[in-house]
Amino acid sequence: MRNKVVLRRLLANRQARYGLIALALLVVLAYFGPYIGAHDWSEKDFLSFLSAPSADHWWGTNQIGQDIYAVTLHGMQKSIVIGLLVAVISTGLAALVGASAGYFGGWLDRAMTWCVDLLLVLPSFLVVAVISPRLKNASWLWLVVLLAVFGWMITSRVVRSMTLSLREREYVLAARYMGIPGWRIILRHVLPNLSSLLIIDATLNVSGAILGETSLSYFGFGVQPPDVSLGTLIAAGSDKAVVYPWLFFFPAGLLVLLVLSVNLIGDGLRDALDPGSTR
Amino acid sequence: MSLLEVKDLTVTFAGGIEAVRGVSYEVSRGEVLGIVGESGSGKSVTSLAVMGLLPENAQVSGSVKLHGRELLGMREDDLIKVRGKAISMIFQDPLSAFTPVYTIGDQIAEAVRVHQRIGKDKAARQAVELLDLVGIPHPDVRARSFPHEFSGGMRQRAMIAMAIANDPDLLICDEPTTALDVTIQAQVLEVLKTAQRETGAGIVMITHDLGVVAGMADRVLVMYAGRPVEQGPVDDIYYRPRMPYTMGLLASIPRIDGEEGPLVPIEGSPPSPRALPPGCPFAPRCPMKVDACDDEEPDLTAVGGGRQVACIRSREIEDKGLTGADVFPVPVIPADELVRVPRAERSTVLELDGLVRHYPLMKGSVFKRRVGTVYAVDGISFDIAEGETLALVGESGCGKTTTLQQIMQLEAPQDGRVVVLGKDSANLDRSARKALRRDLQIVFQDPMAALDPRMPVGDIIAEPLRAHGFPDRVDELLELVGLSPADAGRYPQHFSGGQRQRIGIARALALEPKLLVLDEPVSALDVSIQAGVINLLDSLKARLGLSYLFVAHDLAVVRHLADRVAVMYLGRIAEIGTVENVYDRPAHPYTQALLSAIPLPDPAMERSRKRILLEGDLPSPADPPSGCRFRTRCPLFARLPESQRRRCVEEEPSVVRQARDHGAACHYAEEIEVITASDDQEEK
Repeated sequence: MRNKVVLRRLLANRQARYGLIALALLVVLAYFGPYIGAHDWSEKDFLSFLSAPSADHWWGTNQIGQDIYAVTLHGMQKSIVIGLLVAVISTGLAALVGASAGYFGGWLDRAMTWCVDLLLVLPSFLVVAVISPRLKNASWLWLVVLLAVFGWMITSRVVRSMTLSLREREYVLAARYMGIPGWRIILRHVLPNLSSLLIIDATLNVSGAILGETSLSYFGFGVQPPDVSLGTLIAAGSDKAVVYPWLFFFPAGLLVLLVLSVNLIGDGLRDALDPGSTR
Repeated sequence: MSLLEVKDLTVTFAGGIEAVRGVSYEVSRGEVLGIVGESGSGKSVTSLAVMGLLPENAQVSGSVKLHGRELLGMREDDLIKVRGKAISMIFQDPLSAFTPVYTIGDQIAEAVRVHQRIGKDKAARQAVELLDLVGIPHPDVRARSFPHEFSGGMRQRAMIAMAIANDPDLLICDEPTTALDVTIQAQVLEVLKTAQRETGAGIVMITHDLGVVAGMADRVLVMYAGRPVEQGPVDDIYYRPRMPYTMGLLASIPRIDGEEGPLVPIEGSPPSPRALPPGCPFAPRCPMKVDACDDEEPDLTAVGGGRQVACIRSREIEDKGLTGADVFPVPVIPADELVRVPRAERSTVLELDGLVRHYPLMKGSVFKRRVGTVYAVDGISFDIAEGETLALVGESGCGKTTTLQQIMQLEAPQDGRVVVLGKDSANLDRSARKALRRDLQIVFQDPMAALDPRMPVGDIIAEPLRAHGFPDRVDELLELVGLSPADAGRYPQHFSGGQRQRIGIARALALEPKLLVLDEPVSALDVSIQAGVINLLDSLKARLGLSYLFVAHDLAVVRHLADRVAVMYLGRIAEIGTVENVYDRPAHPYTQALLSAIPLPDPAMERSRKRILLEGDLPSPADPPSGCRFRTRCPLFARLPESQRRRCVEEEPSVVRQARDHGAACHYAEEIEVITASDDQEEK
C-alpha cells in the first residue's frame, strides 16, 4: 500500500518528474554522447593544444590535445556510478547502524557508538594509506567502498539520536506490543520517519563523493591517469579556469546538472514520503 | 452599564480564514460568563482578541469596550496599562505562563509594581498575601520558590494570585483547569470563586467542560464554528436548550450520576474554517435539518428572557419541549450474551497478583548511585473475567500507566504475577509471547501519536495482520469501526481526532484479541466525538465478546463503559468493586473525594452540592507516607481522634471486603453517598 501511494505521489510531483527526466538525459548523454562526437577520448590531436571550442572540437581541447567533449563524457560515466553508489551505500549504512544502535540500545548501542567514534577520530587518509598497497591493482569499485566507509559516521550519530526519541513514540510501542520484530520496526516505522534527513544526506553525498574521489586518487586507486573522472577533470581544470575556461566549465557544469537533478528527485521523494506536504 | 461589551467581533487570519465570525457578548461586574465550545470553535481566539494578544497577521474588527472605552485599535502603550490592571488572564498551561528563571514571589511582585507605584518590599509583602489568599501553604517560604518547584495545581493558584494582584475588573480564564486532576480542579475552582468574591470582578470562563461551567457561570455562550449559536442564563441553557447543537452537546456528556446505556453522539465533526457549509454551519450534523437550513446562516436572535438562539427551528423546539435525547438518534447497542452468565462461572482473562514495579532513582552523571526508589506500582491485585470491563482510575502519577506497561510487556515483573489468559508472563518464551500478543492488544490515548504519520491507514491496519500471518481484511475492519474502505490510501493526518481513534481501535481489533487494553481512549477527544467512540467500544464488546482493561481519569466515562472499577492511589489500590457499589456507596475517603470533585453538568445540583475538598497535592511516589498512603490528605484522618489515627500512621491498610464484590483499603471505611450529596441533606 505504502509503496504504491508513495510512487503515485512521486510521479505526481513536478519537481521529481523533471529531476528524473534530467538524470535520464545525463545518463544517456554520458553513455551515448561519445558515439556522436568526432573524437575518441583517448585520441590526442597534436595540431590543437588548448584550443577554444570550435566546430571540430565542440568543447575545445586540453594541453595534450584531448577532446574535452569526449573526455568529459567518458569521465562522467564513472562519476555517475561513483556518486550514486556512494550516496546510497553510505546513507544506507548510516541509517542502519544509527537506527539499530538507537533502537536496540544496550551493548549493541555501546559497541556501535564506539566503532563510529573510532572511525571519526581516525584520520581516514591514514587508513587508506595503510591499505592502499594491497589494493593497488584492484577494481575501481573499491573506491566506492572506501568513499562510502568514510562518509557515514556523522549522519549515523544524528540518526541514532533521532531514533532515541522516535523509539518512545506510541506507534513504535504499538508495533512492539503487536509482536513485530525490532528490525522490521526499524525498516517500517523508524527509517520512514527519518526519510527527510536521509534524503538530504544522500543528495549531499552524491556531489561529495564525486569531488572526494580525486583526493583518494592521490593514493593510487581507482581513477588513475590516463583514465579520467569528473572529479579529476575539475581538479585539473580549476587552476586554468580563468585563462582556459572550457577546461573547467564543461565538467563543472555537468557536475552541477547532475547534482541538481539528484536534488530535484530527492526533494520530490521527500514530499512524496511526507504526507504533510500539500503537493 | 456593563463592564465589558463585545460587539460583532471578527478575527480573520492570513489566507482569509475566519476563526471568529461575529461574536457579541456583555459581562457585568461580578458576573461569570461561560463560553463553551469544542476545539476550533474560536473561543480562545475570541478572548485573545479582547486582550489584544493576537499575532499581527490576524485582522480584528468589531468593537470591544471596557467601561465604555474602545480597546480595539488602541495604541500598544495604552493597552499595556489596561492589560494586567483592568483585565487579566489565566491560561491553561501554568508552566509556560511563568518565567522559569525568576521566583514565583518576584513574578507576582513584578506584576504589582508594573501597575502600582509602590516599593519593592511592599510589593513582595503583597505577593505573599496574595499567595496566602489563594491557599498556598507557607506563602512566605513558597514565594521564594521557582515555578518548577510548584506542582501543577499550585502553579495554577499562583497564576490566579498574579491575575488578581492589581484588583482587576475582568478576569479571563482560558481552560483554567483542563490540565489538572479532578481533585486539584475542585481546589482551583474554589480558589477562583474566592478570588472573584474578593475582587468582585467579572469573569469570562472559557472551557469545553460543561460541568465546570454549570457550577461557575451565571450566563453561558455556546460557540460553534466561530459563531455564538446560543446564549442565555445558565439554567435555561442546561434545562431548556433551544439550539440542536447545545441539545446534542448536553445529551452526549457521560455523567457520573447518569443512567447506563448508550450515549447520544453527534455524527460527523465540526467544519473546517476553510470550508464552511453554505447555510447553518451545524446543518450537516443536525438531525433536525430542513432544506431552509442550507439557504443562509441564521442570525443570533433574541427570544426573550435574555436568551439568544441562532436556529430557524428554535420556536418549534421550544413549543414541543424537545431535548437532545428526543432529537438525536440513540444507537441501539446489542446486549452482551456473556453478561447473563454469573461472573464466577466465566473464565479469567487477566489476573494481577501483587504486581510491583519500582524504579531506582539515580543521581550523578559519571558515577551513578542509587539515591532512592520510586514506588510506581507497589503491590496491586485484580482480575478481569471474560466479557467484562474493568476500569483503572486515578489521578496522574498514581501508577496506572506503569501497570499497563507491565501487563503489555509480558515479561516477568519485579514481584508478583501477571497472568494473561491463564499464562503466567514469567514463564513465557519468545514464540509463546508472540502468540499471546495476538490476544492482548492496546488502544492508546493520543490518536495522533499512536499512528505512524508516514504510513497510509491501510498499511497501519494491515501491519498486525501481516505480522501474524492473517489474511488481509483491512476493508472489513475499516467498516467495523465506521470508516470507509476507500480511506485506506490516506494518511492519518487527513482524519479528525475521533476518526483517528477509530483507526487505532481497528488496528487493535485486527487480530481478534480477547483482551483489549484501553489507555484513556477518549480523553483527547471533544465531547461530541467522545460519545461516538464510547458507543463504538460498547457495541464492539458486545458483538465480539471482548474484555476491556480501561484506564481513565474521567470517572464519568468509566461509569458508562465499565462493569467494575479499581481506584488507584500512589501505586496501591484504594477501592475496588462493581461500578454500582463504588459509585453509589464509596467506602474509601479518596474515592469519596474523587467522586465529589467531579463537576456535574447540572447547574441546580452543582449549586447545592456538598464537596469534599482534599488538602494539598499528591505526595511524591519516591517518598510515600508511612502506613496509609492517603492519610496526609485524608479528610477522615483529620477527623479521627489521636488514638485511632495511630493505626493509619503505622499500619498499611490492605483491601478489605465491604460487600459482595466491593472492597476498600481503609481501616475506618464507611460507605456514604457523595455524588448527589447536598448541603440540605447534611442538615437533616
